[in-house]
Amino acid sequence: MDFSFYFDLPLWLRLVLQGTAVILVLFPIAAACSMAERKISAWLQGRPGPNRTLPPLLAWVPGIWVLQKLGIFQLAADGGKFVFKEDPVPGHVNKLYFIAAPILAMIPALTTVVVVPFGAYLDSAGKIVPLVLANVDIGLLAVFAVSSLGVYAVILAGWASNSKYPFLGGVRASAQLISYELSMTLSVLPVFLWINAPGGQGTLSLFDVVQFQSQPGFWGGAWFVFTMPLSAFIFLVALFAETNRQPFDMPESESDLVGGFHTEYGAFKWSLFFVAEYCHMVIGSAVFILLFFGGWNPLPWVTLTDTVQALAHIIPVATHPLFMGILGISIFLVKICFSIFFFMWVRWTLPRFRYDQVMNIGWKQLLPLSIANLIAYTIGIALLQK
Amino acid sequence: MAVIQVERKPLSLLERTYIPQIVGGLRTTLRHFFKPNVTLQYPEQRPEISKNYRGVPTLVMDPNGREKCVSCQLCEFVCPPKAIRITPGEIAADSPNAHVEKAPQAFDIDMLRCIYCGLCQEVCPEEAIWLQNQFSMSGYTRAEMVNNKAKLYELGGTLPDPHLKWDHKKAAAEHGNGH
Ligand code: SF4
Ligand code: SF4
Repeated sequence: MDFSFYFDLPLWLRLVLQGTAVILVLFPIAAACSMAERKISAWLQGRPGPNRTLPPLLAWVPGIWVLQKLGIFQLAADGGKFVFKEDPVPGHVNKLYFIAAPILAMIPALTTVVVVPFGAYLDSAGKIVPLVLANVDIGLLAVFAVSSLGVYAVILAGWASNSKYPFLGGVRASAQLISYELSMTLSVLPVFLWINAPGGQGTLSLFDVVQFQSQPGFWGGAWFVFTMPLSAFIFLVALFAETNRQPFDMPESESDLVGGFHTEYGAFKWSLFFVAEYCHMVIGSAVFILLFFGGWNPLPWVTLTDTVQALAHIIPVATHPLFMGILGISIFLVKICFSIFFFMWVRWTLPRFRYDQVMNIGWKQLLPLSIANLIAYTIGIALLQK
Repeated sequence: MAVIQVERKPLSLLERTYIPQIVGGLRTTLRHFFKPNVTLQYPEQRPEISKNYRGVPTLVMDPNGREKCVSCQLCEFVCPPKAIRITPGEIAADSPNAHVEKAPQAFDIDMLRCIYCGLCQEVCPEEAIWLQNQFSMSGYTRAEMVNNKAKLYELGGTLPDPHLKWDHKKAAAEHGNGH
């Protein structure tokens, strides 16, 4: 079986299909993250978490208690509630922007995923092909450019709400997002400096980053987290700040800002912000894994292609594109889950930084560190690739 | 008053990166992740309640099954929020306890008013009213939250008190009240 029939479909149909797929996959993932957040927080604090909800109609299904204990139905109930709840628009807000803000928050969150590859397969010619919605060469640049649009939603929400706390939250958020974006971008430059050896074809594609980490040999197979630990660290810290996660959740720090930029929001509009935040987290983790943790390669120095070819001795279908694609996606998803677990683990461990500390870390520590890191690697790479 | 100036030590470089502290914190929380839960599944699992706990006020019987309350109404009088309502009554002359003379006809404690102060227990001359270890009172209506006499005895049970002063009194009276 090959997939050429899919590429024979008209372009608009393919785009609609892909767009629907993104929404259908990302929304449940974001929702599952919110339940995971509640469960993980509960387990970290020595309590069971939500484990009661069970629709009476399903109570007869054997083994359903597993889902009940995992709070799956609680998740469904909470999600359903958002749809049917009254959706208040306070009288003092700027209605147009107030309504536009959550939509603007969702758009970049759902857009960035199109350039993120999430697996690969070998085509009939033995060439490795990425599984990605839009295999564009600007890859990472597109992720950065689009995801940084998310800050406008936050500012707009804060400003359109026309009250103090959301406004302060919006201002904080914009300052924080802009500060950490610098370090984040600088921290990945060494990776691309290394990949784009002089003379070769320049690329910013995330797929090429993974392929670079899948080369044979000791240095070829090493994930970038081993060769550039500092870059990975800076990227991770900046990622925490960019996704507004603890310890950097200044924009909504509920102890001093009530709820931050979404204080005035409720029901479905609020849930859009919520989902957007988790989407950012998922995409951020995905990019982090692609850049520094070898993407869909199961282990350092063990690539997906090797695995599949080794498996082919046992199960002959292993090199089939479908099998390989699913295997790659699964490995990638497992890594993303670990990364999201880490996000939550950190959230339920650390207290929030003070605002001045956030700014100090961003400008006085992280930024100089990432510049120094860039310079050191530039010199190193120049000497190596001479 | 002596003032002790505590010298604030400057943070070392490693401490200023926050990393060792963060790693330590993550280790602690991860340990708790794998530890058993410390919470109870409440309505099914109940916590153990100390014997000294002062929960819902209840009425008790003596070991012979006689209701101890003599409807003196002291508790009704002392109750700060006026949660107790007693209708005193007489004990029928043919009852074995006729010598006690009085017992409550009706005894209501409104648990929406009760503040669990324990004054009723303190004041009772008969040790008939006790704050026991029941801690959860709930109901769907106001009427459900009023404990009547039957409910109070059901909650209270029997007080294993060997004194039986009314029986001694009766025996003494039968022997001419001499010593
Ligand atoms: S409970 Fe005690 S204080 Fe109250 S009426 Fe009865 S005997 Fe008197
Ligand atoms: S515990 Fe206090 S408030 Fe409650 S019935 Fe007794 S005296 Fe009244």
